[in-house]
Amino acid sequence: MISARALEKRYGRKRALRPLDLDVASGSFLVVTGANGSGKTTLLRLLAGLAAPSRGTLEVAVDRGRLGYLGHEALVYRELTALENLDLYGRLYRVPERRERIGMLLERFGLWEARGERASALSRGMLQRLALCRALLHDPDLLVLDEPFTALDVQGAALLDHQLAELRGTRTVVVSTHEPERVQRLASARLALT
Amino acid sequence: MTFLADVATLARKDLRLELRARDTLPAMLLFVVSTLVVFRFALPEGADDVAAQGLLWVALVFTALLGLARAWAPEREGGALEGLVLAPTDRSAIWLGKSAAVFIFLCALDAVALPAFALFFAPVNLSTVAGVLLANLGICAIGTLLAAMAAASRTRELILPLLFLPLAIPLVVGGVGAGVSAEPARFLAFLGLYDGVFAILCWASFEYVVSE
Amino acid sequence: MSTSSLNRSGFGSPVPLLAVLASGLVGIALALVFFVAPEDADQGLSQKIFYFHVPIALTAYACFGWGAFKALLLLWRKEERYDLESYVAVHQGTIFGALTLATGSIWAKASWGHWWLWSENQLVLFLVLFLFYSAYFMLRFSIEEGPRRANISAVYALFGIALVPVSFLAIRLAENVIHPTVFTREGPQMTGTMFFTFCVAWVAISALAYALYRLELLGKRLDSNLRELREALSS
Repeated sequence: MISARALEKRYGRKRALRPLDLDVASGSFLVVTGANGSGKTTLLRLLAGLAAPSRGTLEVAVDRGRLGYLGHEALVYRELTALENLDLYGRLYRVPERRERIGMLLERFGLWEARGERASALSRGMLQRLALCRALLHDPDLLVLDEPFTALDVQGAALLDHQLAELRGTRTVVVSTHEPERVQRLASARLALT
Repeated sequence: MTFLADVATLARKDLRLELRARDTLPAMLLFVVSTLVVFRFALPEGADDVAAQGLLWVALVFTALLGLARAWAPEREGGALEGLVLAPTDRSAIWLGKSAAVFIFLCALDAVALPAFALFFAPVNLSTVAGVLLANLGICAIGTLLAAMAAASRTRELILPLLFLPLAIPLVVGGVGAGVSAEPARFLAFLGLYDGVFAILCWASFEYVVSE
Repeated sequence: MSTSSLNRSGFGSPVPLLAVLASGLVGIALALVFFVAPEDADQGLSQKIFYFHVPIALTAYACFGWGAFKALLLLWRKEERYDLESYVAVHQGTIFGALTLATGSIWAKASWGHWWLWSENQLVLFLVLFLFYSAYFMLRFSIEEGPRRANISAVYALFGIALVPVSFLAIRLAENVIHPTVFTREGPQMTGTMFFTFCVAWVAISALAYALYRLELLGKRLDSNLRELREALSS
């Protein structure tokens, strides 16, 4: 599903990602670890198509509509409600049975009561949950999650755990994390960046 | 067809955001009226109507700049622009959706600016109105794209006017000409040409402005 | 790292040859202009500026066009080197554009007694372009180095080229209505010698521009290669 050879990313003179070879089979669960500045975020952005490689090749077998991404920012409109945000993305991703799917996800991540709140009024943890809903909204084949457990409280983390366990095997998942122990049992492949 | 649907979705989103926040449009309306009043005092007595026409365009261009500076603010604040870029939406649909919303704001601006101008200075003729509408198309097209460029820059608020004004010069020529000339059709046709050329250019190149 | 330019620096690089050629041509052009071309009956010595002003203007257009072409290549082929080539071309164009404004202004002063004429379409067009391309540099230097900057600069350079005909049309329209022409100018009736001198001057200035372009390109590439080497050695 993902294949990279000598993949490198530079921003002018700064090297954000050292040359890397990578193969991720469909259905794998890849856990990416590494210290700050090792290029985890850069790699995930490259996989998501948010950045183009400076050198080397990268092939990702899904198109944009089948890819879900969670970054450091929630990627939502602060002055729209949770529901409106998801509705917007639902339309752009052409999600079938949009309303039902949105309702289902909001409930699953405990956001149903807060659905009418503006994103700016949500706590960081709730915002992260909303971002997760956005990433999962269109039932993507490839999920790229950059430190998804950040800001989640115990309950939120448990919900995410459960969701990831559900996706394991049926979808391809790439997760970067500071705490590999969390997702250890789910991982089918590991990548440590230096 | 999904292209137009996406454009509509995005434009609706912008209108909803502005209706909810109500910060940019009222500021633009107040700004244009204040500017016209300043111009009234700046114009010496006995200055003719033709000179005043020029000032109308100055007011419109600078007020548009004020609004354009905030065009991409919602996307910037929550990081939503990346969300849009990730989506399977055509990148030019992002540009067109935003431009459409800006066009509507500009028309709302004109609905206040033109009567105010007629009140303070001189009546406004039909070709001026036509010129303003055509110029709005050009302003929203290039303004939206340039604002996206400026958003990538460190000196965001400073750079947008510098990028916009040279490109706005032909628009001002077309607009003023349409208002004062005996042959407004030429100027209106020119405005149409400008709109066509730059709209196509913006449509084709927006993808590169937001991609890395 | 592009080793090709490293190898070529000083050994077989065309830059020294180009510089010599350009200097030679400019020398010949100067000689022709001041010693061979006939003096104009009306304007006298000041008319000689024309031999430089017009080629400089044409060369500036050519530089902007070249910059836009490289920009297009960058967006299409996505190869880094086009970014630098586009930037250097635009840079040269701006320099020659500034020279156009300067020589044009001198010519206007010498011919009509005014340092600036709104009726001179070429001059006004260059003013607009100069403003536009000055903003190019402000834009470029306010964005961090990287593909984003390269893409945005390229798009802007393309807008510049589209602006040339559109602005020209606008200025033509404006002169009839907004700024009616006060001074009429008879196009220079060029004799054979004058035309020949003009052509030589044009070739000379173009050669100069190209030599400067290659020189600046070489200098910037050497700079970046040096930086890469330093980085590679330190890591």
